Amino acid sequence: MGILYLLSTIGLVQGLKFMGDPARARLGNTVAAFSVVLALGAVVWSSMVPGTGTVHLVLLGLLLAAGTVLGGVWSYRVAMTAMPQLVSLFNALGGLSAVLLGLNMVHGQGVDDSAKGASSVLMLGVLFGGLAFTGSIVAYLKLDGRKLPKAGQLHRTVARVLLVVQVALFLAHLLLPQPIAPFGTLLSTMALLALLYGLFLTLPIGGADMPVLIALLNALTGVATLLAGLLFKDPVMLIGGILVGATGLLLTMQMSKAMNRTLRSVLAGSIKGARGAGAEAEEQVRPISAVETASLLAFGKHIAIVPGYGMAVSQAQQAVYEMQGLLQRLGAGVHYIIHPVAGRMPGHMNVLLAEANVPYASIHAMEEVNDHMDRYDVVLVIGANDVVNPAAESDPASSIHGMPIIRAYKAKQVVVLKRGMAKGYSGERNLLFERQNCRVLFGDAKNSLQAVIDELKRI
Amino acid sequence: MFDLHYQLTSIDGLFVLALSLLVGFEVIKNVPAVLHTPLMSGSNAISGIILFGGITQLLGAATGDVLTIALASAAVLLGTINLAGGFFVTHRMLGMFRKTRQRDPRS
Repeated sequence: MGILYLLSTIGLVQGLKFMGDPARARLGNTVAAFSVVLALGAVVWSSMVPGTGTVHLVLLGLLLAAGTVLGGVWSYRVAMTAMPQLVSLFNALGGLSAVLLGLNMVHGQGVDDSAKGASSVLMLGVLFGGLAFTGSIVAYLKLDGRKLPKAGQLHRTVARVLLVVQVALFLAHLLLPQPIAPFGTLLSTMALLALLYGLFLTLPIGGADMPVLIALLNALTGVATLLAGLLFKDPVMLIGGILVGATGLLLTMQMSKAMNRTLRSVLAGSIKGARGAGAEAEEQVRPISAVETASLLAFGKHIAIVPGYGMAVSQAQQAVYEMQGLLQRLGAGVHYIIHPVAGRMPGHMNVLLAEANVPYASIHAMEEVNDHMDRYDVVLVIGANDVVNPAAESDPASSIHGMPIIRAYKAKQVVVLKRGMAKGYSGERNLLFERQNCRVLFGDAKNSLQAVIDELKRI
Repeated sequence: MFDLHYQLTSIDGLFVLALSLLVGFEVIKNVPAVLHTPLMSGSNAISGIILFGGITQLLGAATGDVLTIALASAAVLLGTINLAGGFFVTHRMLGMFRKTRQRDPRS
């Protein structure tokens, strides 16, 4: 049995390692899945007690089958554009599972009140699970574009109070020699507080901060799994939880870094407010028509496309790919340049472009091309805003100052596709739009691109 | 049985915790941005192994203990959806990446 655990642990680590390598990522996923199945067999085997009857096993089999079918159906039915929602939803289920487990432990086999170590771990597990559950549900609803109550300072204050109460309860339980309440009551209270905390913590976070939030929620479920691993003395759960937690945490830090923000400021849900002066002065932009855009593109030799959340919203990725084909037929080289936090989850743009069949080789990370942006004849910015705002480099007073940006402004010509004059998520005025080499093509990204494509076909 | 003492009080447990954390960071330190989403959904799937706890509870429950069985069953079901769904969706996503890598735009 120990051997099975060992093999499966090695498999998990190895699988995750493969998943970081583009050529072996799919293999890695399969290896990880296989390891989990192996461990599952071992867990079932070692969990059998004399009281375990056929009924138990049949029930377990049915549950496993039902879960697999449900998960499979959801993941194959969902549109690729709804991927961030689905991942959040799955994460929520994992979190809820952790809460139920925790509550069940008190009710069922029972945790000895006097075992401070175990009961404290249990409390933490319920806390992290509950937080991840409601947090992920809120993230799911936000990503799905549902209307949620507007969150403000009040929510943040409530969240802070809840956190203090939870920490106080936990410390009181851990440090006081006498139990402060029956442990079942204490744990249920903790679960309730954690569920509320998840709501209030995530409601004020949104927009460009979503990738950070999603990565963080993922890490939290990992921590819940880790804690459960400690309680159940299951090495696979322990190590799996640690791996998930580490992945989530690393992605969270990378995302925060890409926005030049601390995790704290993301959680505080606020950016330094945009300055009044910037907001008042209307940007002087030069509009451009689809016909002119098409001829600019047709004459370009090196063309770059910078996609942002706007592309996802208008589902323009197929149109983008079609345009790429036309431009290449006209002899141009087309690059995609992707900012690390473009979109609403880590790597969001890559998934959308992959869905539209955009070849891997034409996709470039910001760091690869940023020093040679002047070689591009035309840079087409599709529904991105803050990530191309030169104010991040030039204006120390700007709220996004210091955030690494794609230096689209250095290109010979920039065309920005945007719906209207709305500001980016930061609310900052975009200095790019005022530059001599920048023109704006107003309208829904997909419609605009379609017009450009029609025009290109005539050339 | 493979019985180390996985408790915070035991130094073995601390070793495992610390070393796995380091391993975890090392393994995924330099993942290219193109794989961020699959990595996240794949690791999200792994967190579904929380269901193992549910299995232990379910199989250990007395037949008459309806509440324990119900809670454990729910935990197993939710965890399984998380686990299976996560792996499937990652598989599907990575399938798209592979497809795009094989195609040359100029051909």
